[in-house]
Amino acid sequence: MDQILSNIGLLFQFPIVNLKIIIDGIMIGALFALAAYGLALVWGVMNVKNLAQGDFVIAGGYVAWWLTQQGFPPLLGVPAAFVIMAGIGWVAYKLVITRVIERDLFTSLLATFGMAIMMAQIMNLLFGSDTQSVDLGYDTLYLADGLIDIPIAKLIGVGMATVLAAGVILFMKNSRMGQAIRATAQDARAARVLGIDTEKVYAFTFSLNAAICGAAGAIIVMVWVIQPFYGITHSVRAFVIVTAAGLGNLPGVIAAGLGIGALEQYGGHIFGIGYQQAIAVMLLLLVLLIRLLQQLRHRQVLK
Amino acid sequence: MKQKKVILYTGALLLTLVLPFVMPDFRSQLATLWLMIIVALTWDMTGGQMGYNSLGNIFFYGTGMYVAAVVTIGMVYDVGEYTSAHGGGITNFTDEQYFTGMFVGIIAAGFFCSACALVIGWLTFGLRGPYFAIGTLGVAIAAGELVSNWDWIGGGQGISLPVFPGDLEIGKIYFYFMFAGTGVLLFIFLSWFYRTRFGAAINAIRDDEEKADAMGIHTLRYKLVTWSIAAFFVGVAGGITAFQLIHFEPLETAYQTINLGIFMVVCVLLGGKGTLWGPVIGAILFHLFKEVTWNYLLGWQWVALGALIIVTVVYFKDGVMGYLMHTRPEWFGIRVEQKAAREETT
Repeated sequence: MDQILSNIGLLFQFPIVNLKIIIDGIMIGALFALAAYGLALVWGVMNVKNLAQGDFVIAGGYVAWWLTQQGFPPLLGVPAAFVIMAGIGWVAYKLVITRVIERDLFTSLLATFGMAIMMAQIMNLLFGSDTQSVDLGYDTLYLADGLIDIPIAKLIGVGMATVLAAGVILFMKNSRMGQAIRATAQDARAARVLGIDTEKVYAFTFSLNAAICGAAGAIIVMVWVIQPFYGITHSVRAFVIVTAAGLGNLPGVIAAGLGIGALEQYGGHIFGIGYQQAIAVMLLLLVLLIRLLQQLRHRQVLK
Repeated sequence: MKQKKVILYTGALLLTLVLPFVMPDFRSQLATLWLMIIVALTWDMTGGQMGYNSLGNIFFYGTGMYVAAVVTIGMVYDVGEYTSAHGGGITNFTDEQYFTGMFVGIIAAGFFCSACALVIGWLTFGLRGPYFAIGTLGVAIAAGELVSNWDWIGGGQGISLPVFPGDLEIGKIYFYFMFAGTGVLLFIFLSWFYRTRFGAAINAIRDDEEKADAMGIHTLRYKLVTWSIAAFFVGVAGGITAFQLIHFEPLETAYQTINLGIFMVVCVLLGGKGTLWGPVIGAILFHLFKEVTWNYLLGWQWVALGALIIVTVVYFKDGVMGYLMHTRPEWFGIRVEQKAAREETT
């Protein structure tokens, strides 16, 4: 308890520490927002709540890590993970997801939970259970007398995340496929009547989601660490962000992603690093309760 | 019909009594099987009969373990000193202390979990469908993480309980009958419970909650009572497991979200949701599958388990009971129960 109070006191004593925490949080939150955007896409288009989201992230990270081990330049890992995870997402769609779209939501939740367990275990068997990361070997920038440290690798990661997000948004806005995806999300039946092959749209959306997650994971392995069983926490974070922001609300997803990143860093600073997972999950419960209270005012429930 | 039913139930009961002596090598396995049956039956109370798919029932299991351990230790020693010494030096319990402690601890675990279910349910029963599943999953994960940071009850190291006084084999039989007794009680209770007006009310909530509300059923009360009964039995099962395992730690054994927490759901889906015998059949089938894969697939058992979940959910969602109900409606009822009895012998 004393430890927690002194940690809070530190925040007021040195206001610059706040800045450091917020910068850290925003840099990591940008990556959470990417995975959450993929979840919102799948959720909105085909009404599947994908609990394997985090495991796609981790799998993308392992693709990048493995390529680096083979001697490829680390930055190549991001596009490679994008492509490979798109393939894996397509396979997952054809094998499992296509059969649960029309069913009730708990079915898809449980099926993707099964997928999450399988993927985590396969990665554990292939790569071992140690935490892994890729060192880019860049310098660290120091600001404000060394109180704020910004590794250049993280800046590059944030830059790549921004480019990826912008690319996906432009694609959704302008391309023919993007239009088809948005049309299917609005009304799948009408889209089918108007000649859109919704099955193809679903398959494409799911593999696009896996690809986004994979690229996010490839960036995470450069700026943070990955481990086969960290997937579930990433899934929970994606759920927190989407639940807080609502579907089809892109600015909301970005804002919530950055906010969750910052809140997690604050929590980690105040309560200690041991509580990091707990904080991510507590935020989920908090968001669910707040949403519940909002709905209760209209005498409705969250479904 | 009636007579066959009597024969069937007596047969199943006899089997329960005789099996640990017929197959002495499998005593611990059979005890675990009963644990699976208990958690599957309780999961089906909310998941199958009431339509609330909880992924967080494991919370009550872990909490039950901890409450039972803390109460038992707290009756004799100071808990903080005990856990910080890590059982070293002060693990001496007399027989009387052990058994009263166990009895009080397990009952306390049940009631504490019931109370927890009331509080958590009051907070989360406004969530429907997948939100409820994710919310309860969140509760279970958060509880595990918080407990593993709480030094007073051992932190990430967990707690050690005293060893069963007396012969090891006697201990195994003792714990088998603890589990089996709880399971049989639960089964008898549920077969009565689902036939009452209360059972009809929770089925109405599953079928259409808004209409049930409009018909004058106070849905929140029904949901809370059902979940707290389920939590009581899960807590008791957790308490017994704590004594059976002797040592346990928070993340892998107590709040094992992806192990037992998901097993119970798979058991119910495999056997058939919303039926009385479904969870029992499912638990037996699942336990057999798990033991075979755990023994022969070295390392890949988790992959096989994930595949089983996906296959069950995608292709076999109605489970054994649903399948039989679909294909053999004419001999539904008695025939299915015979199948259950046959499964139990294998």
